[in-house]
Amino acid sequence: MRDSRWHARLVLGLMLAPAVLWLGALIVLPHIDLGVLSLRERVGPRQYVASLAQYRTFFAEPLYWHVFVRTAVMSVLATFFTLLLAFPIAWIIAKLAQGRAGSLLFIICLIPFWVSETVRTLGWMILLRESGVLPALMVKLGLTAMPVELLYRDATILVGLVYTSLLFMVVPLVSSLESLDNSLIEAAYDLGAGGFTILRSIVIPHAAPGITAGCIVVFMLTLGNYLTPTLLGGKNSQWFTEQIYTQFITRFNWEQGAAFGFLLLGLSTALVILGLRISGQRFGDVMRAT
Amino acid sequence: MIPSLPRPAWLRGATVAYLIAFLVFLFLPLAVVAVFAFNDAPYPAPPWRGFTLDWFLGNAARGRIGLFADGELLGSIWTSCLVAICVTALSALVGIANSFLIERGRFPGKQLLSILMLAPLVIPGVILGISILAFASRVADFADDNFGLELDFLRPGLPLVVLGQFSYIATIATLTISARLRRFDRTLEEAALNLGASKAAVFRTILLPYLRPALLGSAAISFLMSFADFNTTLMLVGADTPLTVMMYGRMREGATPVLNAVSLFLMLASAVLALTLLRRSPRPNPAQ
Repeated sequence: MRDSRWHARLVLGLMLAPAVLWLGALIVLPHIDLGVLSLRERVGPRQYVASLAQYRTFFAEPLYWHVFVRTAVMSVLATFFTLLLAFPIAWIIAKLAQGRAGSLLFIICLIPFWVSETVRTLGWMILLRESGVLPALMVKLGLTAMPVELLYRDATILVGLVYTSLLFMVVPLVSSLESLDNSLIEAAYDLGAGGFTILRSIVIPHAAPGITAGCIVVFMLTLGNYLTPTLLGGKNSQWFTEQIYTQFITRFNWEQGAAFGFLLLGLSTALVILGLRISGQRFGDVMRAT
Repeated sequence: MIPSLPRPAWLRGATVAYLIAFLVFLFLPLAVVAVFAFNDAPYPAPPWRGFTLDWFLGNAARGRIGLFADGELLGSIWTSCLVAICVTALSALVGIANSFLIERGRFPGKQLLSILMLAPLVIPGVILGISILAFASRVADFADDNFGLELDFLRPGLPLVVLGQFSYIATIATLTISARLRRFDRTLEEAALNLGASKAAVFRTILLPYLRPALLGSAAISFLMSFADFNTTLMLVGADTPLTVMMYGRMREGATPVLNAVSLFLMLASAVLALTLLRRSPRPNPAQ
């Protein structure tokens, strides 16, 4: 009896080991370390004292928190536009396309996202830069006299971010819309409801878990994106992850970079929690819906 | 609205127009990348100057360095493959152990652990990168100061890139594998045990074949995600640069169409991988 209990414990320990090593050494401890790093100040060579100086710098220096707020606002905008763009296509896939056409369309929509973001961004750069395809086309159509630079604008960054995020919105939306029973919509229609009323009081409440899951994932990915804002926005991108990179890698000011990292993590976590609260969802359920 | 209800003609027209516009938006960037890989010009920009294979086959003697002569680029592809293989193998092993732990194990704190396992997906990749960089440096400094050990693998470089990517790809592998394990019919296992099979034999002959599709799927997704990862990699990269970081550097400087050529290869490779996977499972879900 004692033997078998020992055996069970040993097995459990062996099964736990990978998870504990992974989460402990790569997630929990590094984040604790990052927190400690952000709460100290360098006073001399290899001499540090505990202080809030890094966070003070963030609030004292307008550039830093402007970039922070800008990143947050742009991410919210990008999430909103992604939802707006993805919802009709998810509706077409889940409700309008019949039989195999629906799954075929779904697969077609997913294919571009198997290619890395670098390649997709390269495509946008070729399309939008001054010597690119769209400016040349606009000249040819007589819309502009000279080719205009379409890169390095906020709208361009938004287009790039929405494009990159579409998949993460379409997938949860499709799965939540597919589970919506058509007879509910028919019943509402028979009772005299218009399209907008049906959307507001039947479709959106039913799809809420999918909408939340999509919005959370898109917002988080947008906030943490680096490639799209820096390449499509150039020097004007002013994205917060870029600040983190500058502090950490270029200036080697790890304390400041760690504080920035924590601020970004805080913002991301806060909005995830807010999103869950507003829609009354639970984290685990939402992640599984993704 | 749904097909069983009357739809006005304008709505039907608008739906079709929307669908077409959406698909154009989706495929236009990829199409231009592919097309300009064959343009006979030093930069990937219009106008079209005729068809050429220089950006694939060219070499220094012809004045244009094509993909197959660009040692730096080929080297970075190899580096990316190496990293992706390591990440895939690690994630698959840890993913299997985790799914058995979550689906079969009973121990205090299981709820907390399963929530914690999802955390890497909501931590921005840049922050995963810097936290692992900072922590690894601290450990390496500690070992150096106290024991005089030079732990080079904890300094920015490929081992750290592998660890950084693994830290969140493991979650994806865990989710994919445990989703399938959850649907497993336990009676099959009990029958085999009743008939005298050892636990190892049950695992090898029943569970592993059952999990095979999930393992293949998660391996393909892990490989692709590792290959495409940029945020985490950028923070941890050392002297050997993987392809995404290399491409990023060149894109900032304004590169020749050799980048289009390598992109076309990536597209073809991922299309082949995607299609083989999709043929196996009727309902794909690459976000998982």
